[in-house]
Amino acid sequence: MSTASLVAVVGNPNCGKSALFNALTGLRQKVANYPGATVERRSGALLGNAEIELIDLPGSYSLTPRSPDELVTQQVLTGTHSSEQRPQAILCVIDATNLAQHLRFALELRVLGLPMVIALNMVDLAERERISIDVKLLSEKLGVPVIETVAVRKRGLEELKEQTNKAIIAGPPESVDFGDTLRLRQRAAQKIATDVTLSEGIGHRTTRVLDKILLHPVLGLSILALLMFTMFQAVFAWAEAPMGVIEDGFASLQIFFRANLEDGFLLSLLNDGLLAGVGAVVVFLPQILFLFLFILVLESTGYMARAAFLMDRMMASAGLSGRAFIPLLSSFACAVPGIMAARSIANEKDRLTTILIAPLMTCSARLPVYTVIISAFIPDETVGGAFSLKGLVLFGLFLMGIVSALVIATVLKRTVAKGPTDTFMLELPKYQMPNMRFVLNGLYERARLFLKRAGTIILASTVILWVLTLWPSAPDGALRPDVAYSMVGIIGGWLEVIFAPIGFNWEISAALVPGMAAREVAIAALGTVYSLQGSEEMIEAGLVATLNGLWSLPTALSFLVWFVFAPQCLSTIAVTRRETGGWKWPLFMVAYMFALAYAASFITFQTASALL
Amino acid sequence: MTDVSKLKALGTLSPGAAGTLARFINSVEHGGTHMIDRLREMGFAEGVSVELLHQSLFGKDPIAVRVGAMTVALRRREANLIEIQLT
Repeated sequence: MSTASLVAVVGNPNCGKSALFNALTGLRQKVANYPGATVERRSGALLGNAEIELIDLPGSYSLTPRSPDELVTQQVLTGTHSSEQRPQAILCVIDATNLAQHLRFALELRVLGLPMVIALNMVDLAERERISIDVKLLSEKLGVPVIETVAVRKRGLEELKEQTNKAIIAGPPESVDFGDTLRLRQRAAQKIATDVTLSEGIGHRTTRVLDKILLHPVLGLSILALLMFTMFQAVFAWAEAPMGVIEDGFASLQIFFRANLEDGFLLSLLNDGLLAGVGAVVVFLPQILFLFLFILVLESTGYMARAAFLMDRMMASAGLSGRAFIPLLSSFACAVPGIMAARSIANEKDRLTTILIAPLMTCSARLPVYTVIISAFIPDETVGGAFSLKGLVLFGLFLMGIVSALVIATVLKRTVAKGPTDTFMLELPKYQMPNMRFVLNGLYERARLFLKRAGTIILASTVILWVLTLWPSAPDGALRPDVAYSMVGIIGGWLEVIFAPIGFNWEISAALVPGMAAREVAIAALGTVYSLQGSEEMIEAGLVATLNGLWSLPTALSFLVWFVFAPQCLSTIAVTRRETGGWKWPLFMVAYMFALAYAASFITFQTASALL
Repeated sequence: MTDVSKLKALGTLSPGAAGTLARFINSVEHGGTHMIDRLREMGFAEGVSVELLHQSLFGKDPIAVRVGAMTVALRRREANLIEIQLT
């Protein structure tokens, strides 16, 4: 690839750049239409032509960087990026329905003196809005080729490839002067846009009508709240059936092995180690996929930016802006992409604060933990005729994370992340039908990552744990179950000293250790530990019933609260280190979350014990 | 010609108000030229048609504004750097 020409794909946010890049390279890639969707370096061969390597640069409004991801764009294009060579040519994507605005950036890019091809994207949408553009004239005015494209329908791609090839061979186009200030470029862009626009168009009616409802002061907020609430109810209700199927599958495997294998080492490894551990986690795949389905659809339609608008005031009370809402909402699925999405936040202090509170959003890996405990301890009742009590408790746990995140943000913004409050300024993109390919790709990617984790980290931790639960073996005539004498029992015993005040027994304490690898492993570990010391009936009844018999309600509540705050999952800590450029902030994050988790669990356990 | 005395700061308007962007006010305490540049990057420019579409429930802030062909959400504080000739 080193001899290939590098071509940068550049454009304003919401110009359909990522979708076009996707169509041109055929890579599996995220296509979202809220600003800051492109954060990672993505590259690929142009329509299978290995001679040209396309690189997707983060969407920017200008070459004056306002956020870390815009800085990447500026540095790469000016040849000052530390690891990326300067591209040989620019493929500039502009939205045909927002010509004047997108042209301004194109003019700024044009001045860089690199060979350039312009993709006039979303011309289908422009036609529907009755906008008519003289493409030939536009090309003349800019002095570079302009090609009409529709990324989703793969229109204009071959021509784009041909012109890009030509442009690289031809070298830098004739230099032009559009003025060297933002204002002059803006004026030049307006003039060109007016000259080449044959008819103005009627605007996007759907967006206008939908915004009247979705941004309505009262209605809009109610819909957002309802949407969030439905999301969490649905995660419980809809996922029930597929979860039952998976559960039954693992159970019948265990029965199959028990019927066909000798009692002993192998049977125990398979049933108690692998199936009890991995099965306890894999069963949550449907819930995680439903959660991601919601988030991906919201992203894909353009609703996310509206949610940011609606939430701005609330975020402002915590010293943040509505922009922080987008990474925080993503963190409900997983804190890692959430923390990375914080790159689109312009203000450094706001960004740091957002990163530090992102792990408080209930990520999907906590769902297995919550679900098991809720199923075991919260009665199956209906409240107010329509809502399940279990769903309400789950909602409450999510709410607890959100509220504490806001409180902590307020504290951080007044102490360690002190600085002037940044403003809120965000483009509200046009609504689009959810891009099914984007949603399905996203879901597939999530399922793959989750099962990969289940097959590697979780599998390995459960097997190691299983070994440690058997070794050393119990002395003759032992009174307690064998596992209590094992390494796990011993370590759990040490940790129990620390965790006893918050109601954790040694089994829970031991499960917290592998839980550091990934939160859901804690459940897998509990599955293994209890499966080993339990009776046959217990195993058949599953982890839920086992816990119900063994834990007190205060312990269960304390365990839930612990998981709302506990610093966990090494990936989150690692990504925080990478995004903040050092160990200071990830260590700070771990420390404050641990303190918070311990304090909250202590209060919960002691209060619940006193009351019940 | 624009009559300067009839210009209204965008941040003081209510939903439904529409007009043409007349000029930017350079206020140092509100971020000065840096903030004006950011507004320009979001599509605000002299002569562009502007319409205040929506406002938030709490404190009527932020607001959503149609700027030319796009919709931009911003806070009233920054919107006050923009003066509108109402139509």
